[in-house]
Amino acid sequence: MAKVVFPDHLLSHTGGTREIAVEAKNFRALVRAVDSRWPGIEAVLMKTAVAIDGQIYQDAWLEPVGADSEVFFMHRIEGG
Amino acid sequence: MAEAHDYKAIGTSPVRPDGVDKVTGRANFGADLNLPNMLHGKVLRSPHAHARIRSVDVSRALEMDGVYAAISGADFPSGAEGDIQGEGGGTVSDLAQNIVARDKALYHGHPVAAVAAKTPYIAERALDLIEVDYEVLPPVLDVDEAMADGATLINENLHTNGDTSQPASNVAGITKFERGDVDEAFAEADLIVEGEYRTPTAHQGYIEPHACTATYSEEGKATIWCCTQGHFDVRSLTASVLGVSVGDLKVIPSEIGGGFGGKTVIYLEPLAVKLSEVSGRPVKMVMSREEVFRATGPTSATHSRVKVGAKKDGTITAASAWIAYEAGAFPGAPVGPGCMAIFAPYDLPNFRVEGFDVLVNKPKVAAYRAPGAPQAMYAMESAVDDLARELDMDPIDLRLMNAADEGTQAPYGPTFPPIGIRDCLQAAKAHPNYTTPKGEGVGRGIAAGFWFNIGMQSSAEVRLSEDGTVTVVEGNPDIGGTRASMCLMAAETLGVPYETVRAHVGDTESTGFCNVTGGSRTTFATGMAVVQACEDIIAQCKQRAAATWDIDADQVDWTDGEAVPQPGVNVDVQPLSLADIAGNAGRTGGPILGRASLNAQGAGASFSVNMADVTVDRETGKVDVVNFTAIQDAGTAIHRAYVEGQMQGGAVQGLGWALNEEYVYDANGEMENAGFLDYRVPVTSDMPMIDTHIVEVPNPSHPYGVRGVGETPIVAPLSVAANAVRDALGFRIPDLPLSPPNVLAAIDDREGA
Repeated sequence: MAKVVFPDHLLSHTGGTREIAVEAKNFRALVRAVDSRWPGIEAVLMKTAVAIDGQIYQDAWLEPVGADSEVFFMHRIEGG
Repeated sequence: MAEAHDYKAIGTSPVRPDGVDKVTGRANFGADLNLPNMLHGKVLRSPHAHARIRSVDVSRALEMDGVYAAISGADFPSGAEGDIQGEGGGTVSDLAQNIVARDKALYHGHPVAAVAAKTPYIAERALDLIEVDYEVLPPVLDVDEAMADGATLINENLHTNGDTSQPASNVAGITKFERGDVDEAFAEADLIVEGEYRTPTAHQGYIEPHACTATYSEEGKATIWCCTQGHFDVRSLTASVLGVSVGDLKVIPSEIGGGFGGKTVIYLEPLAVKLSEVSGRPVKMVMSREEVFRATGPTSATHSRVKVGAKKDGTITAASAWIAYEAGAFPGAPVGPGCMAIFAPYDLPNFRVEGFDVLVNKPKVAAYRAPGAPQAMYAMESAVDDLARELDMDPIDLRLMNAADEGTQAPYGPTFPPIGIRDCLQAAKAHPNYTTPKGEGVGRGIAAGFWFNIGMQSSAEVRLSEDGTVTVVEGNPDIGGTRASMCLMAAETLGVPYETVRAHVGDTESTGFCNVTGGSRTTFATGMAVVQACEDIIAQCKQRAAATWDIDADQVDWTDGEAVPQPGVNVDVQPLSLADIAGNAGRTGGPILGRASLNAQGAGASFSVNMADVTVDRETGKVDVVNFTAIQDAGTAIHRAYVEGQMQGGAVQGLGWALNEEYVYDANGEMENAGFLDYRVPVTSDMPMIDTHIVEVPNPSHPYGVRGVGETPIVAPLSVAANAVRDALGFRIPDLPLSPPNVLAAIDDREGA
């Protein structure tokens, strides 16, 4: 199952849980699985960036997630 | 991916396609458009930094001869919804209230009303006739004051991180990152250094003030001409503020005289459209320099505390940081990226960083090159410099010992792919400007920089003309030479001379969607779209050649700009050049057009190492930069001279921020130095030639290895300057800028004068 890590600013939505394991074939399914555990968090997660196996995505959706993937939610970055 | 030495176009430095127009004055910038019957719009701005607005009455202004429209916040829809993307985030509602105040004026210069009149002079006189009833409130002017118990609330409905169970606060958000056991790791350290630092409010300082012209048609559609870093974003943001469909707005970008992040947001556009709608005439609005300073996005002033612990051999065991960023009048300081960037150059097993997004009665901050990173990394790189001194270690060796590498887990979570921080450090250590002993009285400083870089959405079309010339059409305003970079990548991919490729920046109705020119993304992401569009062209050309030769398309190769039969294909034909195929396009299926749209992923982080020698005049406090060396990982430099230009420009902006630039406010929150005479950016005579050294660790996610180079250059110079002044003086001045009065005061204080 993929390791999913939440940064501190999202912990208020996860009741303080920092890390969970999720089985999902892609990012969209992963977010839905997380939302089933903490209803309503999907709207928050869709506004964040995410790093899947080291690759940063600003607007992930269909990106594959593997059984050994590491998924880190993070602040969005745009830049100047 | 091809090796760098295989490239023919990439890595060269041809003349930019827009260069002649820009140096001869032919290029059209934001204020250059004039339309028949055009009016001139002006903005009435709050004379108070914090005030409740009881009423706004524009009736007397409307009575003035030559005035065609006068509007205030009441003329705009309320309840605008949605979020703004980007590092600072924020809401459309806040954006709308920043464009024109409703119930409260939140900074000196906050727009309150606007008029359109026959001449700029009449418009300015009409502003004097607008009656605003203010209840003046005490201003909150820095993070310490804003975070203090009992502070005046700027927004009575704002709760930290949206937690309404807690009292209202000026702290909009708190960001935290933590890894390992920080307290235990500090306990294990042989040595701990601590510092407290401040950086000032500073402006992007683009030469061209904001300007736009809008015309509203009877059909309810508007066209906007403006200088912007992203006309698609202007379209969507303006539509949100006005409550109209994006399909009702067309945005045409002019050339742009600098942006550096400050032109990724909107200020004038909704006002100009509304004034045009009310007056029935086109309306031009151009900010003065004073308005630019008073009312457009500066970057955050910050207050930070950093602590670093290390073993005697230099191994850093732990680091912690507390950083408070001024957001200005609305939430959205770049505190998140600052917290993520602060420790990025290092492989730290234990760290903690806490960041605060704090409202103050100043203009809402806007992005400025690597938003949030220079302030945070200034603090950390100053502390690392002090650590090297305490350990009596070479500052480059200390950084090399603790540097991140491929496989290191970044402080913000993911594992780094190939990165160039070690290559930059090694290049710095071998550089003549480092190996040469410093002169008498000279201080030397060194520091690392970092920025994430981004991808996001881009589109490109590549069109073949009948003579084989190539036109690239994309939607990113050209700020730093991106037309040339697009042409180079197209030439390389197609195998044709650079001189046969043209680039055109299309408006919102003539090209596909592109996010802003910012985030160091254009050469990476839009470049990727251009390459894919060229590959589309090649595929079509191979099909046309195959049809001409009566063979299959997969029996055709594309080599050096020509279609050739693959080795072993038994056909007696001559190669077909791009011009041959384009010339016969009408007979083989019609015009040839390649296109690509993508959401580019895999932007590669860019690290830098900068160093400088400075002298300090102890009688005047003036700091002179003797030499400055910028070393940066570009991935692959597409246009070498423009990569060097980005590095040099960022260095100069960073040095200006470090050595002179700051907003000076009076007790009422009015900026006292709203002009380039008193807000002093560096000029050529202030600076030495900035030496550059491009490191190239290709980004595996880009077809040519591009990382993006526009932002990282501004990160390190703040601490480079501070560390060099520390070296020259023998003591550290932790608060920027290191301007003559500040340095002289620190010297006098130190010497007990």
